[in-house]
Formats: sequence, structure tokens, C-alpha cells
Amino acid sequence: MRAEGRAAPAPATLIPQPSTRRRRRLLWSEYRDAYLFLLPWMIGFVVWQAGPMVASLYFSLTRYEIVTAPEWAGLEQYARLFQDDRFYLALYNSAFYVLIGVPTHLLLALGAAMLLNVQVKGTSFYRTLYYLPSIIPIVANSLLWAWMFSSQYGLVNQILGSIGLPQPQWLQDPTWAKPALIVMSWWTIGGQMVILLAGLQGVPDHLYEAAAIDGAGAWHRFWAVTLPLLTPSLFFNLIVALIGAFQVFTQAYVMTKGGPQFSTLFYILYLYQNAFEDFKMGYASALAWVLFVIILAITLVQFKVANRWVFYEGELRR
Amino acid sequence: MRVEGRSGGLPQARAVERARGRPSTLTFPLTTILWHVPMAFFAVVLLTPFAWMISTSLKEEGREFELPLQLIPYPAVWSNYPTAMTTLPFPLYFENTLIVTLGALTGTLVTGSMAAYAFARLRFPGRSVMFTLLLSTLMLPDAVTLIPKFIIFRNLGWINTLQPLWVPWWFGGGAFNVFLLRQFLMTLPHDLDEAARIDGASSWQIYARVLMPLARPALITVAIFSFIRTWNDFLEPLIYLHDEKLRTLALGLRGFQDLYKTDWTLLMAASTVIILPVLALFFAAQRYFIRGIHLTGLAGR
Repeated sequence: MRAEGRAAPAPATLIPQPSTRRRRRLLWSEYRDAYLFLLPWMIGFVVWQAGPMVASLYFSLTRYEIVTAPEWAGLEQYARLFQDDRFYLALYNSAFYVLIGVPTHLLLALGAAMLLNVQVKGTSFYRTLYYLPSIIPIVANSLLWAWMFSSQYGLVNQILGSIGLPQPQWLQDPTWAKPALIVMSWWTIGGQMVILLAGLQGVPDHLYEAAAIDGAGAWHRFWAVTLPLLTPSLFFNLIVALIGAFQVFTQAYVMTKGGPQFSTLFYILYLYQNAFEDFKMGYASALAWVLFVIILAITLVQFKVANRWVFYEGELRR
Repeated sequence: MRVEGRSGGLPQARAVERARGRPSTLTFPLTTILWHVPMAFFAVVLLTPFAWMISTSLKEEGREFELPLQLIPYPAVWSNYPTAMTTLPFPLYFENTLIVTLGALTGTLVTGSMAAYAFARLRFPGRSVMFTLLLSTLMLPDAVTLIPKFIIFRNLGWINTLQPLWVPWWFGGGAFNVFLLRQFLMTLPHDLDEAARIDGASSWQIYARVLMPLARPALITVAIFSFIRTWNDFLEPLIYLHDEKLRTLALGLRGFQDLYKTDWTLLMAASTVIILPVLALFFAAQRYFIRGIHLTGLAGR
């Protein structure tokens, strides 16, 4: 090899070993380069992320109606918030959407992924088709589904009627408006499906072989091999979907305006109305921070609980 | 692949045969054909709304309310499309959307790939801390930064301009994209950088001449994600753009809804037009989509 005499492990970039001084200079220049490459991101992190986060915490402690300067109000906004029925309603609506929407969405994505995880000609064609609804711009999709759910002439009720099922008023009915939006979300399983499909295809063959030798049937193989090895992908999808579902906005804004009877007043819609229709920036910031704390708490709990059900392949070797 | 004759006898061996490859490697042609039934059924269900949209867009005004519903409109009223496109200044909306989309896309590619390069290939103090920060911003709900960002742009006098929609993407291009590009760069052999460095190349040259050309697939993926994200975005244009002349397509379509509340034929025609560019891009570059999602899916490992 090169540089015989030296026993010190050579840093990757310095193969012909130079003098210590030159080495240090090279190292410094690598640091400098790294920070220069990172500069736009670092500025962005401070200006668009960390800064605004702190700022919104500050605004949440003020009265701020945008035309006048923020005025310190301590915890007033939070006190108001916890007495605001509309806040609890918005939280309930979003929780409903998350608790029903996220698991059903994930199960459907898993079903679609399993359907495509076979060696049959045409699976990549179907994969493209399944993914397609996921790229439709959300405003266009919302308009389309407002039409689909039209109570008298909509396709959904026409189909339900033709097979003799009841035809709810969907977007006009407070009981059915949220389920309607959840049903609509089922059409956009594409992204999760592709990730799960990759997870399925990553399951090593020898595990299936071993299971088969032990006499495991298809059903047992699914529970004992496929599902455990899929848990990392499921976990990733779950985290991302939860954060996304809490922030549902456009569908409700375009399709129902939060109605009927506030049944689709989701959290971000309520925040939007406070901030950008009523210009109550202080109150809206308090709303934002409460949501942030809720999402953070749920995510942390997810990570904690993950130890019990998420199975990483590396553990196999131990 | 499979050696049929040799392992025919033992039931266990046959079980292995069946299990090899994929859990559901389908052996009999009949099963293969039958498997297409659920696959096709699912596809039909998923694409029906889309077909319904196009069908409605071609119906005569008022006839979309005729029962029983007809899927293939007769006569097909193609003129709905020009009508929808001329009632509102859609060419102008298209131009605005293009400015925002390309501005955001370029910024994301340039600054996102720079950050990804540093995270993937350079050593520097604070790297792991910064990378953790980057990943944690993935979990940060946009709602938390929405109001302060609005106030920053208000103080800059940028409300009612297109800048708030694309300038921020010139500062790192979003954690998701940096992460995706970094994942890709990690898969390229380090020998490339070292060989170039021995030849006296600087970090900038390695980045621009060695790694970026090799990262083209990942860059295309990021470009597509960025394009679709900005093209489809609704909340931010809604907040920042008040002037009708500045509307993006998504916002313009929403304005269209106010004008033609019950004329679903025109609404569906306008929606279809807005979907078409995204659809074309998707079909032209779908393998990059799939690969990109695979790369981000690795976060789950």
C-alpha cells in the first residue's frame, strides 16, 4: 500500500499522506466547503423554520391583529382557546378524520401492494394506474368529488341506488360529510402502496422457504414472515400519514367550507379562518402551537410504542 | 430458475418450490389469469372518478343532471373546453403557475443538491446534529410556520406577489428533497470523489462535474416531485395572492367554482385541463416517481 510508515488510519480524502500541517489545511478546507454548500439550507432553516417556530410561540402569547403591533397578553389566548367550543369541535373533526381515515387508508394501501406483489405480467402497468389518482391536483380532485357526492345526480349515489343501498346526502349531511371526505382519501393510496410494495419485495426469499419447510401455510407465512418484516414500512407510512391527516384543509375549504353545521371544520381550516379571514394572528398562533404539541406528542408515543411492534431486520442477526 | 423434475416427489420440497421467489409466485396459468380479475377490478374502481370527470366535461350544459346517467356523452360537446378556458384568463394563470413552479424547482435542485452533497460526502463538525435537525423538520407541521412566514413576507412587501411561493425553495429546497438526494448520493462509490480529489479537483468540481451528472435520476425525481407539489399547491397561493391577475391555476380553478357553482360540465372541463400537464409528466417519467418513492421509503428501514 501507499504511505507505508504511518499507522494512523488515513482520512478518506488524503490517500498520499501529506505533512500534518497540510493535512490540517485540507481538513479545514473541507469544513469550509461543507458549510458553504450548506449555507442556503442553514439560512433557510433559521429563516423559514426555526425562526418562525419561535416567532409563532411568541405571537401566541400576544394580542396581534396584524394592523397594530403585537401586544403582550401572556397566556390569555390559550385560556380563551380552552374555553372555545369551536376549538374542541375542530379538534374532534380532525381526530375523527385521523382515527378513521389513516388506518383504513393504510389497510387499503397494504391490500393494493399485496395484490401487486406477484410475478404476473402487467403488475407495473397496474401500479401506474393505481398511483394515478394520487397526482391529481387537490383542488381539481375536490371539485370532482364534490360532484361525485352530489346527492341526487352524483355517481356515488347512483351506484349505491342501483344496488339497492341507502343513498346518504353526503356533503349536505353532518353525519356523512366527514366519512365522505375519508372515502375520497381512499383514492390516493398510491404513495403508500409503492413504499409497501418495496417493503414486500425486500422480504428475503429464504425466510419464506424456511417457513414453508416448517409447514407454514400462506396465511401463516403472512403473519409470521411478511407482516413482521413489513412493520418498518408500515411505521414510516403511519407517521407520515398521521402528520398529513391532521393538516387536511383544501378538501374541506373547497367542498364544504367547513359545513354542514361545522361537521367538516377541520383544525387547519379553523386556524386559517382565524388567521386569514379574521386576522386574529395571536389566537391562530396559539392554535398552531397546540396542534404542534399534539402532533409531537403523538409522534413521540409512536416511536416509543414502535419498539414493541416494529421489527428491524438487523435484529435478526443477534 | 426452477428445476421442476428434481424436487417433484417430496411434499416439503414442493412447498419450498411454491414459496420461492415471492410469497405468491403463481404457478398455474389459470391462477395467473384469475389474479388479473381483482387487479383489474381495483384499477377500474380507482379510475372511475377520473372517467366520470371526463365524461361530465363533454356533456351539454344541464344534461349532466339527466337520469339515468350516461357514461359516454352523446353528443360530445368539445366546445366546453374552449368555453371554460376563455371565461377566465386561464393562459395568464398558466403563466403564473409556470413561473412559480419553475422558480421553486430550480431553487430546490440547486440548493437541495448542495446540502445533500455536504451531508452525504463531506466531513465537518456538527454534521450529525444538523442532519438530525433536517430530519426533524420533516415532522414539523407547516401550520406552525404559516403565520410567521406570512408576516415576514408582509414586512418584505411581498404579499400579492408570486415571490413567497418560490423564493423559499432557494434555501435548501425542503428537507424531504435534501433527504432523498442524500440517500441517493450515499449509494455512489466514494472512490469517485477520491480519484477526482487526487487529480486535484475541488469540492465544487467534484459536486458539479462528478456527482451531479451521476445523480441525474435522483435529480429528475426531485424535479418531478417539486413540480407536482408547486403545481398542485393551494393553501399558500390562497394566502399570498389576492389580485385576480396573479392567480395560479389551482387558485383560478377555485375562483371558477364560485362563478359556475352548478355548471358541472364547465367545472369538470377546467379541472381536466389543469390535470393534463401533471398527467403527461407522470406518464413520461413514471419510473422516476417509483424510484423516488423507494428512496424515501428507505427512511422506514
